[in-house]
Amino acid sequence: MHSWLLLAEAAAPKGGLFDLDATLPLMAVQVVLLTFILNALFFRPVGKAVEDREGFISTSRAQAKEKLAQAERLEAELKAQLLDARKQSLAVIQEAEEEVDRLFREALALAQSEANAVREKARVQVDAQKAEAFAGIDAQAEKLGSLIVDRLLAA
Amino acid sequence: MPLHLPLAELEVGKHLYWQIGNLNIHGQVFLSSWIVIGALLAVVVVGTRKMERDPRGVQNLLEFLWDYLRDLARDQIGEKVYRDWLPFIGTLFLFIFVSNWGGALIPWRIVHLPSGELGAPTADINTTVAMALLVSLAFFYAGLSNKGLRFFEYYVEPTPIMLPFKIIEEFTKPLSLSFRLFGNILADELAVAVLASLVPILVPLPVMLLGLFTSAIQALIFATLAAFYIGEAVHEEAH
Repeated sequence: MHSWLLLAEAAAPKGGLFDLDATLPLMAVQVVLLTFILNALFFRPVGKAVEDREGFISTSRAQAKEKLAQAERLEAELKAQLLDARKQSLAVIQEAEEEVDRLFREALALAQSEANAVREKARVQVDAQKAEAFAGIDAQAEKLGSLIVDRLLAA
Repeated sequence: MPLHLPLAELEVGKHLYWQIGNLNIHGQVFLSSWIVIGALLAVVVVGTRKMERDPRGVQNLLEFLWDYLRDLARDQIGEKVYRDWLPFIGTLFLFIFVSNWGGALIPWRIVHLPSGELGAPTADINTTVAMALLVSLAFFYAGLSNKGLRFFEYYVEPTPIMLPFKIIEEFTKPLSLSFRLFGNILADELAVAVLASLVPILVPLPVMLLGLFTSAIQALIFATLAAFYIGEAVHEEAH
């Protein structure tokens, strides 16, 4: 073995399994030092990383939840709006149908009354002409009658 | 006390001594612990070099570990103060876990030391006692810093009869923590070494797998108990 290992070797004590000596306090100091070193190199940085991540995850979760709630609220709002719009459009359609119906009926009634009026006028005209014609025929018949009577009487 | 076997030699209780002033330390424990700490830091540095919100590569592993350790600390210590103790509990777990698995998986035997041999740092009683005492210190520090002198109410709750038991417990806690870890890891290393020295092929494999399992469990037990003790210290009775 290297000479430096032997350097400090003196007349060796007896040794033994339960040989307590200055190794004990030095080892204690070494463990305490290691505690501080590991605290600086391991426990603090890793703890910070893990806790930062835990914080990041929980805030992300909270944000996501908030966004979800917002989306749900918007969805509900839009659904309500959609329903409203549907109702309105139905009302508009119904109104339009009623309007069309009314216009149709009005037009129909107008046309019918017009037609009635025309027919009535025509009938009146026909009646008048018929009366006129009858009157004409009556007069001619009278004339013919008197002519016939004259001829017969003259004969 | 080397254990002589026909095919190989097992070294138990032999250490590579370094001397600092007139203090002796176990060199092999520090060598292997530096390798363990180096591996740990390498993974951590690679994994945290470029942190992203969508984790990729080693960052995944680190985040999994962090999550696991956070759950462990939070379950035992409680929501209020677990953040203060997560690095300590986590470091205990990671250091013990990597030590145990390193001891089982790295072929230490290719490195020959003048005395003793490399292995899991947790197979040395000094390491485990050091960590167990740190846990005791953390227990008192957590209790006193969180509740001030009211912390000592812990010893007389729910009734003052508990006082002697609770005081004894303060001694048995580090004792059981350290010996459980030390005993399990050393026993596993010895079992594998003995089996490997008797039958070098295939036969030690199940024991090695069992060893990996025990190693992981021991790291979990140590970290969980440490967190539980700290949790006891900061626990507020519901009056």
